[in-house]
Amino acid sequence: MLASVWLPLSVLGMPFVAFVLLAVVTPLRRSGPRAGLVSIGAMAIALGGALTVWAKGFVGETTWVWIPADGGPIATVGLLVDPLSTAMLVLVTLVSLLVQIYSLAYLREERPASLGRYYTYQSLFAFSMLGLVLAPGFLQMFIFWELVGLCSYLLIGYWYERPAAARAAVKAFWITKLGDVGFIIGIVLLWSATGTFEFTDLFEKAQEHALAIAGLPTIMFLIYLGAVGKSAQFPLHVWLPDAMEGPTPVSALIHAATMVTAGVFMVTRAEPLFALVPEVLTLIGWVGAFTALLAATMACVESDIKRVLAYSTVSQLGYMMAAAGAGAAYAGFLHLLTHGLFKALLFLAAGAVIHAVGTNDIFRMGGLFRAMPQTCVVFVVGTLALAGVPPLAGFFSKEAVLGGVWEAHLTGPFLMLALTVLLTAFYMFRVVFVTFFGRAHAGGHPHEAPWLMRGPLWLLAALTVLVGVRWALAGAGGHEETPAWLAPLSVGLAVVGFALAWALYQRGAIDPARVAAGLAPLDYLARHRYGLDALYTGLYRGVLLGFSRLIGWIDRYLVDGVLNALTALTLRAGDGLRRVQSGRAQDYVYGVAFGMLLLLVVAQLWR
Amino acid sequence: MIGLSAYLVLAALVFSIGLFGVLTRRNAIGILLGIELMLNAVNINLVAFARFNGDLTGLVFTLFTISITVAEVAVGLAIVIAIFRVRRTVEADRLDLLRG
Repeated sequence: MLASVWLPLSVLGMPFVAFVLLAVVTPLRRSGPRAGLVSIGAMAIALGGALTVWAKGFVGETTWVWIPADGGPIATVGLLVDPLSTAMLVLVTLVSLLVQIYSLAYLREERPASLGRYYTYQSLFAFSMLGLVLAPGFLQMFIFWELVGLCSYLLIGYWYERPAAARAAVKAFWITKLGDVGFIIGIVLLWSATGTFEFTDLFEKAQEHALAIAGLPTIMFLIYLGAVGKSAQFPLHVWLPDAMEGPTPVSALIHAATMVTAGVFMVTRAEPLFALVPEVLTLIGWVGAFTALLAATMACVESDIKRVLAYSTVSQLGYMMAAAGAGAAYAGFLHLLTHGLFKALLFLAAGAVIHAVGTNDIFRMGGLFRAMPQTCVVFVVGTLALAGVPPLAGFFSKEAVLGGVWEAHLTGPFLMLALTVLLTAFYMFRVVFVTFFGRAHAGGHPHEAPWLMRGPLWLLAALTVLVGVRWALAGAGGHEETPAWLAPLSVGLAVVGFALAWALYQRGAIDPARVAAGLAPLDYLARHRYGLDALYTGLYRGVLLGFSRLIGWIDRYLVDGVLNALTALTLRAGDGLRRVQSGRAQDYVYGVAFGMLLLLVVAQLWR
Repeated sequence: MIGLSAYLVLAALVFSIGLFGVLTRRNAIGILLGIELMLNAVNINLVAFARFNGDLTGLVFTLFTISITVAEVAVGLAIVIAIFRVRRTVEADRLDLLRG
């Protein structure tokens, strides 16, 4: 086999081998850290493979027939290796590896059996995610799409003894399923209209203008729904903040860097198809920008450090989607990659902080700079990247997104995204000031995390800087020329956000409480998450449970009622008829004799 | 010369007496005797027809019937004795194990 086939295949296969090994060999799984080493080893090999694939720039598609049929296979499985998937391969394997190493220290106090379970899930997740990015068609993508959803569920509910974690896992599962229903319907409709799941076939048809199917906008909208659920777009974003109940490394890997970006990846992958339906694209752009703004406002009032990061993830996903909607999918994908790096960095750093002080509440931390300067430095690097400060990685990708949206003449989304730049800087520096520089509240003695945790942090921080610097040296920005005023504007907005955070939370020049009082309605709405969670709960309680009760009533009283009546009738009739059977032989002879007589009489009369 | 119908009437009478005995007797032995009468009524019929039609088949059948009747009585009495050993009674009314 060619290297361009078996190398990606082995990248995909290594985590799977690790998963099967851990799932089947129980003693190994139960041994905890050793199970972790197996999983980490597999990931390291996979990363090596992914880097090779990336460096050699393999391009190609290999497919195997899965569902054969007359006139060509209905479905195939395979590997689609192109710049898009190789970039994702490197990101996924890199962040997976770092997170798994980090987890070894972060989850040190777990029972060995639980830790083994954790690494089993991690391996399964890595396999599923890699399968998703390598998918050559919608069907394989959907299968792995569901698998990563399953892993997300399992890992959010890793501490399943905690009711909040179990509930969050179920919530995440169901809300993403809501979108996935649309996704599968869209895929099947597209298949029934075109007869293929394969991306290359579909793109060829799109190029030849052979995709003028009636209802293509509806199909693409349904497919987009899958991305809405997975990439936490408004109004299905409510599961992501709750998903923070999982262990922090899981949040870093699945709910920041990789799985939640699957939606963006899918839209990027299917860009030639989405390009045919401008109305859906516009919708994607507006929803993305609105999501970005909405999530940013919620992040401003959140006091749980992980939830701030979660809202920020939702917000950044909004950026990516807005870019895709503006027809600048490459910019969104760029932001996906850089965001994967620095958001994983932020989450892992937050994990180190939580590990040290034992709480998620930023107002109970404070003054941690002195206790853990290294964590502080990397967190600030991540914050600067997220705020879009040059020359860090986030600056270029964010500018590319903003430029793309501006070029597409989506003024409304552009304004929302620009405002979000300000808010992003504000809420991130709010966390930085309150956590690391404010007055110390923390009891106990916070200390720097062990090297096993700091290593991945430094590596991610270095990459965040290096990628940015490399870009800066290579010439500003992405493929297209962005307006000259854009960079100063976005940096200026970020600086304003920084200054606001400084004034409110560091200098104390403005009392945050007075600002909150001044913006009371907005503050109230943001704190109550715009009532969306309440709405979903209400819908669930009112509509779904009400409907279930109705069905339950019908089942219990109508369906069961008919059957119960039938059985009662049968029993009653049997009870009456049993008296006929006296058990005495002579009674039966009576019956026979008189029956015979009767028959004879009838026979006589009949004649 | 007595006609065929006289035999048939006799057979019918014997059959009816037998049936009456089977239906009204409380004693299992009595019921067996009634069955015996009914079978013999049949025999009378067979013999009478054989005689008047000049066909010997009826006689042959009668011989069969008699031997089978003997076997039937032997089995019937054995059953009655077996029941008596278990239930200490041969009253037909009280043998109602199969009552529904």
